[in-house]
Amino acid sequence: MTAPGRRGRRMPSDGPVAVVLLAPALILLSVFVVYPMFSSVHMSLYGGRRAAGAFVGLGNYAGLARDPEFWRALAVTGYYVAGTVPLMLGLSLLIALALRRAGRARGFFRTVFFLPYVTSVVAAAMVWRALFNPQSGPVSLLVRSLAGASPNWLLEPRGVLHLVTGGWAPPDAGPSLALCCVMLFDIWHGCGFMVVVFLAGLCAIPPELEDAARLDGAGPVRGFFAVTLPMLSPTVFFLFTVGCVRAFQAFNSFYALTQSDGNGGLDTRNMVLFIYTQFYSYGYWGRAAAAATLLTLVIMGFTLLQWRYLGRKVFYQ
Amino acid sequence: MRRAALHIGLTAAALVTAWPFLWMVSTAFKGPLEAASPSLGLWPGAWHWGNVAETFRAAPFGRYLFNSFVVSGAVCLLVTFTSLCAGYAFARLRFPGRNWLFAATLCCMMVPFEAVFIPNFVLVSKFGWYDTHAALIVPWCANAFSLFLMRQAFLSLPGEYYDAARVDGCGHFRFLFLVGLPLVRPSVVTVALFAFLGSYNALLWPLLVTADDSMRVAQVGLTFFVTDAGIRVNLLMCASAIVILPTVVLYFVAQRQFVESALGAGIKA
Repeated sequence: MTAPGRRGRRMPSDGPVAVVLLAPALILLSVFVVYPMFSSVHMSLYGGRRAAGAFVGLGNYAGLARDPEFWRALAVTGYYVAGTVPLMLGLSLLIALALRRAGRARGFFRTVFFLPYVTSVVAAAMVWRALFNPQSGPVSLLVRSLAGASPNWLLEPRGVLHLVTGGWAPPDAGPSLALCCVMLFDIWHGCGFMVVVFLAGLCAIPPELEDAARLDGAGPVRGFFAVTLPMLSPTVFFLFTVGCVRAFQAFNSFYALTQSDGNGGLDTRNMVLFIYTQFYSYGYWGRAAAAATLLTLVIMGFTLLQWRYLGRKVFYQ
Repeated sequence: MRRAALHIGLTAAALVTAWPFLWMVSTAFKGPLEAASPSLGLWPGAWHWGNVAETFRAAPFGRYLFNSFVVSGAVCLLVTFTSLCAGYAFARLRFPGRNWLFAATLCCMMVPFEAVFIPNFVLVSKFGWYDTHAALIVPWCANAFSLFLMRQAFLSLPGEYYDAARVDGCGHFRFLFLVGLPLVRPSVVTVALFAFLGSYNALLWPLLVTADDSMRVAQVGLTFFVTDAGIRVNLLMCASAIVILPTVVLYFVAQRQFVESALGAGIKA
């Protein structure tokens, strides 16, 4: 600890201490974040199974562009992002607005809404599998008693459009019913986080502003759109980007709800699952790395967008 | 009038949110016949407390939980330690290249899991760690985001603490662990909680690097149990409740920190 350090004389006195304190974190980050990040791009340029392939340049990317399974996975991720993020934003904002006026019950309700978020996705997914079981699930029972028949929920690979239009739309158009169930699950599981962040954002709005709008004769709706929402827009933008990033990264819910017993179809195989399958089940390391690199670019794009416009200052007063 | 409508709406939403958990707990203690027949009810006809023991007999959940606790506990401790040290160094020490190094660390925050997991799998296999606890722990022991949080915490401490310590002849190491650590405790708790939860709830990485049943963590064990348990819904719900229990207990013990860590987590991603 008191080692003088060879270059101690030329460095300011903190140099040796800094080396000791920084070494654990920086060595680990270099080995397990920085090196793999470049290695992943490098791997994506090699073909074949496992590590034994030859250099193929951008061949893996061209291969992905020709692969219908890849496009299917991209569509699944697209439906999922478009289906969950806006709904979650709207629903959580509504709940947060109600919570703000809930008075003393606010703490209790917040505890309940946040509960799914702290529970493991896998365990919660097991509960939803049981709830949506076509034979023994209570949701099926409820729907059967209301509508006479109940669909196969998580086991239904046909599109919702096909089912809703009574077979007029082709079965592979739009998201499948199973995918919609996954979306519903993640909305349920992820809303708590957004509610808490929205509530913090709402509480940071100076009450004078909303009072002034009310005194000027603005009703609750007008007041919301003229004062509350604009004041909240950094929070909305922040949650939008975070929500998109998380939605692009979704894996646990898809795997636990539809794929873990090995009979999940392509209709619920999103990008991360596609990468996982290519890598782990088929052993196409280069191909998986190419798909991972593309996904990473999208995710980093959203992160950069967020940093560019918010500068990481939303929650740093 | 509007207040009543508000509370009714919130109560309905809360019921929808909480109902799956209540149903899970009640089904976990139902008998096999009752669990197999669909019911919305939340009160079992008879409470089968033996289901817990039967779940532990049906699959080695004791072992799974042990693995999970070893891995999450180690990740939690090590992430906290590495972030504390590096955060302090970036906030309070002067050394050449500090700003450059910190900028590089910030860039690490942006790298998603998907960008690194394939090479990390190869790396861990090369180290001979496949199917060991080390593979589950070591790659995730440093975290740019936690480091960033700790740096912010040390930056926000008034400079007088540092000056007073220096006048009293207190070195950096003693200051960090005896004076600084208690002062930034809220951030330490946030970082620790965040690291524990992230590790405990992880699925993809443990799926990749473990194969043997004895190395499975709770989340992976559960995804295999759903196939093994088949139609024994009551045991599946019991297993889910067992896996959820540690985090829910932690949540009720440290609720405020949980909410804060969620707000902190916001800056990530």
